[in-house]
Amino acid sequence: MTKAQGYAVAGGKAVEENTVGGVSPVLVLLAGWLVPGAGHLLLRKWWRAGLLALSIVGMFAIGIALKGKVYQMNFGEPLDMLGSAGDLGAGLLYGLARFLGWGQDPVLVAVADYGTKFIVVGGLLNIIAAVDAHSLAIGRKRS
Amino acid sequence: MTISHFSAVVLFSLFTSIVFGITQRSEPKKMAQFGALCFVLFVGGTIAASWLMWLIKH
Repeated sequence: MTKAQGYAVAGGKAVEENTVGGVSPVLVLLAGWLVPGAGHLLLRKWWRAGLLALSIVGMFAIGIALKGKVYQMNFGEPLDMLGSAGDLGAGLLYGLARFLGWGQDPVLVAVADYGTKFIVVGGLLNIIAAVDAHSLAIGRKRS
Repeated sequence: MTISHFSAVVLFSLFTSIVFGITQRSEPKKMAQFGALCFVLFVGGTIAASWLMWLIKH
């Protein structure tokens, strides 16, 4: 694996920035956010990418199957804003759910409420995974 | 689709632990260990909290 080194300025202090595998860290971050596991896939971390994709897509799919709620942007309701921020973390999965009208039924039973949590947490986990891929890409995380 | 509450706990814990293990550790062995620890703590914590609520109620 090749390593190209550059320098970035953060908070007035020059810090070393590594670009692992010649892939742009921003691209890795964006890909990881839009498609679960894609950030690690770009870095050729095959097993990690597969497990992350399985986990995050699994969480989202179970949430939808349990008839969980997919939040819409509602700036009048703080809890809806937090929920939609979490859902947005799922990237294209969130867009797909909104496009196909998934998760729009009212939540009436406890299991459906669990589904709502599965969807939100799946999105949040995807953000963690995308940031991890970015950390690998810039060399902050060694392997 | 309907699942039991316990199944929901196990699935939630499994997927979350996998992501935590991969993202919070650097070496594969440490990832597996940390993921397993997270899983046990998630499931064990939920069971412990459930018994605590049962004791409070009774």
